Amino acid sequence: MTAALVAAALGAGLAGCSSTGGKRAEERAAQAAQGRAAVTTPKWTFAMVTHSGDGDTFWDIVQSGAKQAAVKDNIKFLYAHNEEGKEQAQLVQSYIDQKVDGLIVTLAKPDAMKSVVKRAQKAGIPVITVNSGSGESKKFGALTHVGQDETIAGEAVGEELNKRGRKKALCVLHEQGNVGHEQRCDGAAETFEGKLEKIYVEGTNMPDVESSIEAKLQSDKDIDSVVTLGAPFADTAAKAADGAGSEAEIDTFDLNAKVAAALQDGTLGFAVDQQPYLQGYEAVDLLWLHRYNADVLGGGKPVLTGPQIVTKGDAAELAAYTKRGTR
Amino acid sequence: MSADAQPLKTPGATGNPGGPRRPDHERTVRASLPRRLVSRPELGAVVGAVAVFVFFSVAADAFLQWSSFSTVLYASSTIGIMAVPVALLMIGGEFDLSTGVLVTSSALISSMFSYQMTANVWVGVGVSLLATLAIGFFNGCLLVRTGLPSFIITLATFLILQGCNLGFTKLISDTVSTKSIADMEGFPSAHKVFASHLTIGDVEVQVTVLWWFALIALATWILLRTRAGNWIFAVGGAKEAARAVGVPVNRTKIGLYMGVSFAAWISGQHLLFHYDVVQSGEGVGNELLYIIAAVIGGCLLTGGYGSAVGAAVGAFIFGMTNKGIVYAQWGADWFKFFLGAMLLLATLLNWWVRKRAEASK
Repeated sequence: MTAALVAAALGAGLAGCSSTGGKRAEERAAQAAQGRAAVTTPKWTFAMVTHSGDGDTFWDIVQSGAKQAAVKDNIKFLYAHNEEGKEQAQLVQSYIDQKVDGLIVTLAKPDAMKSVVKRAQKAGIPVITVNSGSGESKKFGALTHVGQDETIAGEAVGEELNKRGRKKALCVLHEQGNVGHEQRCDGAAETFEGKLEKIYVEGTNMPDVESSIEAKLQSDKDIDSVVTLGAPFADTAAKAADGAGSEAEIDTFDLNAKVAAALQDGTLGFAVDQQPYLQGYEAVDLLWLHRYNADVLGGGKPVLTGPQIVTKGDAAELAAYTKRGTR
Repeated sequence: MSADAQPLKTPGATGNPGGPRRPDHERTVRASLPRRLVSRPELGAVVGAVAVFVFFSVAADAFLQWSSFSTVLYASSTIGIMAVPVALLMIGGEFDLSTGVLVTSSALISSMFSYQMTANVWVGVGVSLLATLAIGFFNGCLLVRTGLPSFIITLATFLILQGCNLGFTKLISDTVSTKSIADMEGFPSAHKVFASHLTIGDVEVQVTVLWWFALIALATWILLRTRAGNWIFAVGGAKEAARAVGVPVNRTKIGLYMGVSFAAWISGQHLLFHYDVVQSGEGVGNELLYIIAAVIGGCLLTGGYGSAVGAAVGAFIFGMTNKGIVYAQWGADWFKFFLGAMLLLATLLNWWVRKRAEASK
């Protein structure tokens, strides 16, 4: 019975093809990027351990950067993640036990990671920190930090808002207790001459994000700009503004295909890109350079990958890159 | 068979499995309206809802606008669509921890099927319905076959689905979110069915609100007017006794899980057609919201007692509180504290009203 239904559905599937969009359209447009190692160094193994949650677009892009660099540098690339600091440290430990040739870690919860990073050094494994932990990286003995300083990124947002003559902004935090998120909003509040308010929303529940922003905009008509801290939330914020009949401009941190498209058609004002692809790519490449040539970049200071303010003018060029998942 | 015969005290221990709600002899005479009212499980929740509504009407300037009302209603409906079948399941004595991610799974299946097959999106929607119902069937079957607690079974399903959501999405689309299907055939009509809004007077009503009301009506009809409704109360109240008098316990439980799946499918399609793309990591934690709504609405955690309307009112209380705090412009850092405190107050009021009602009988 069920089999018959499935068969019927599949049959209908073949009959009910869409002549627009879909995979076929993508395939038509896609060009396969072939990867081959460009160097003849031994096949070293590098591992990356981040504080990402499951299914996070941002970390997906970091990974794709790291993987591409790994192909080029003849590296075997391993990846693991856990949002709990303690679990993340255990993952790092397991890679130390496996005697990898290089480690890339994030220090979103520096205290939990401190001892394990030290242990990596004792084992003679070079460590590069990415994304978060610019303050702790050097202290813990990492080679280099590659990432964006969240406070500086926030400050860039505040300045951009000033430039656009905004008076009252709403900062939408989609993870309560995330230090980086707080730094972004605080940085924006620092340089923004108008008033900035915060709102916490449930990031795993899109309808909640939408209705909360909508409620906020309805209760405060003075808000003329909404800043979201992640690309997937920008589109939702735009829907909320629409629903509340608000004229507020929507701006966001981070890019994805939808953000690029929305920048182009003017739904979004600007996006602050910290170039996650670069964080993954540079980390692998720098580890390789260190192994191959004993190079160190940054001289103890973080190597900044952002903030880059992306507006309507840049969006057309970036749209293609966001679609293939590298911007 | 009228609604007034529900056991109020010691629910779940009625030992009258053929239908705990079958009128007793003393109740064949219709009771007076107030008496019938106090015996309804949702009474306390309604009082709680009124209290929350009055409170925020006073505390928040923006709360009493029509547009705000539609926002609150939307927020309530997205929880309420799931809270209604979850309440039925709880009346039937079982739990489901996989509901939050099941909604996301359902959305992912239709999106990815349509995209990968380059099919009309309605085909994906149909496949998703079958697949989602199959997951509910799986939950129910495993439960009745093994006799293991639903807590364990659905916790396992929760984790499996969470892994599949991420794993399959990554495997198929190479990123953690699906590709946009907004430019595909059938999208506009599907969008109309699952994610449009109607303008009634000055109020914009999201179509999810209509789905929600339809589900409440359907669930209430099933519970109070059909034999299946009796079975649900019976299996939740006294399973063995119910089985002894010939209630198809297994069929009822499997049916309840499939009911939950059906609602998850509706919610999932809403997610998909409202936002075009689906993030594979979403939905975790929402299962708790549905259970919370059902419990605020008067469902007992032990089964055998509760109502669909109650669960809907519970969802409405949650929606009002959740958004009311934003309208009241209270400190954002304390949001969760206020949410917890308000829910506790609403539930205490609910409990107190019910106690009084029982005492006055």
